[in-house]
Amino acid sequence: MASVVLSEAEKLYIVHGVQEDLRVDGRGCEDYRCAEVETDIVSNTSGSARVKLGHTDILVGVKAEMGTPKLEKPDEGYLEFFVDCSANATPEFEGRGGEELGTEIANTFYRVFSSENCIDLKSLCINPREHCWVLYVDVLLLECGGNLFDAISLAVKAALFNTKIPKVRVLEIEEGSKEIELSDDPYDCIRLSVDEVPCIITLSKIGYRHVVDATLEEEACSLASLLISVTSKGALTCMKKVGKGSLDPESIFEMMETGRRVGKSLHTSLQKVLDEEESLGTTRQKVGFLG
Amino acid sequence: MAAISMRLPVARKEVPESAGSEKHLVVPGDVITADTGYMRGHGTYVEDDKLIASVAGVVERVNKLVYVKALNTRYNGEVGDIVVGRITEVQQKRWKVETNSRLDSVLLLSSMNLPGGELRRRSAEDELAMRDYLQEGDLISAEVQSVFSDGAVSLHTRSLKYGKLGQGVLVQVSPSLVKRQKTHFHDLPCGASVILGNNGFIWIYPTPEQKDEEAGGFTTNLEPVPLSDREVISRLRNCIVALVTEKLMLFDTSILYCYEASLPHQIKDILKPEVMEEIVLETRQRLLDLEG
Repeated sequence: MASVVLSEAEKLYIVHGVQEDLRVDGRGCEDYRCAEVETDIVSNTSGSARVKLGHTDILVGVKAEMGTPKLEKPDEGYLEFFVDCSANATPEFEGRGGEELGTEIANTFYRVFSSENCIDLKSLCINPREHCWVLYVDVLLLECGGNLFDAISLAVKAALFNTKIPKVRVLEIEEGSKEIELSDDPYDCIRLSVDEVPCIITLSKIGYRHVVDATLEEEACSLASLLISVTSKGALTCMKKVGKGSLDPESIFEMMETGRRVGKSLHTSLQKVLDEEESLGTTRQKVGFLG
Repeated sequence: MAAISMRLPVARKEVPESAGSEKHLVVPGDVITADTGYMRGHGTYVEDDKLIASVAGVVERVNKLVYVKALNTRYNGEVGDIVVGRITEVQQKRWKVETNSRLDSVLLLSSMNLPGGELRRRSAEDELAMRDYLQEGDLISAEVQSVFSDGAVSLHTRSLKYGKLGQGVLVQVSPSLVKRQKTHFHDLPCGASVILGNNGFIWIYPTPEQKDEEAGGFTTNLEPVPLSDREVISRLRNCIVALVTEKLMLFDTSILYCYEASLPHQIKDILKPEVMEEIVLETRQRLLDLEG
């Protein structure tokens, strides 16, 4: 993970600040940085989104392709995650440096999305046991400014909201073989419901308190973090502890409560922005990367 | 209550060309002039008898010398500059300091003040005790003593106002945004002090109560900073980030005006784009009134 080196006095300043609920940039312990979300910026994907959370910049593209369902779940489609830590973010990611972090993030997302109801996988099925939609979710890390997991989960949710899967019909021709027909209208597509898609909240323990949305400097002062994935209704689906420090059970309970509270408001804010963008429709001026 | 503000991105606004400033802005590859009578300086090269810019910046002309002053560049050291740097390595008789330049700067053991202001030859014990003075990650304020032929900068802390920095906040900006002034150490009237390093590292710290004459920056004050000082420091940090985002030159007056303009807003709101614009507009207005 990209990290900054800090002097002992700087770390002490940050830790004392968190104790008094005043972080270096004036935020409280439960405040997020200002986030910018934009969808539909990559033209050759089924859905895409870009999230800028302070100095963290994430681009997610979702491609829907036809494949065969998994053997144990013959009437469902599935998601495949791939995370690319580009050398753009930090020189440490040059060559194969970013692979470890990339696989860690991808595995976390597999865990988060493995819970039963987050995405209606049955709607991705075309022909049980034969054809289904496979959603390849590709995450690109453009800039690393702390709090990667949260930003990536926001971008994944926004990209899935934006995903348009073409409608297909299955035709039965003689001899029992099936043919798949794509509808003629390019705008005829199915959208996914992202109401149950969880978002990851990272709670970093700094001193005796915990903060949400840590910057790189704050991450350098925290020894242990808790990653929890929360749905829009406040249900916890997955939990993971990272870092070499230890967390005692009481602080874990407190962090979970904070995470659920923050998670609910995060979902409402994100949904509001996505609905606003949707309502602008074709009149929306795409900003993209050259705005 | 948690405050999460999410928004759609807004396209950058065209900055109106302010009257009276005919700045010749160039990008790499732009032809500066086809006249061959000029001497070419930094940031330019000659091709087909034409002078072409190799960096993005402003064309400056001094008599017959034409050069391009880059806007976003690494720090190029000049003798006498004040810099704030971070120790990256502890080597045999020197420290390597990161100052946002092309090469790491060097702080020789002999250029460092000993505690108590002693004047003696540095012995082998001093060499072994180097890590007790400055470790990897420590921040120091220093002055540029000389520049090596390859561009690397040699620093010294031979005055009591330089030395290891204690508790505070570091903001990293582009070196071209720090205005050259007589002094770079400012005790702002709002209640905090700031060091504007020429290399773009800005250090904001609580004003020390009494001036420790003998310390020279060796004993770090590890007491918790009171909340009122913290608020001032956080507000200053956000103001500096706002000024840098809107590309305003950083000097004590601009920072102070920006601080005063930001007082009606909450500290964490200063980083919102619309509040940032409003504050910097007010600052710009006050600075223009000051000049004219």
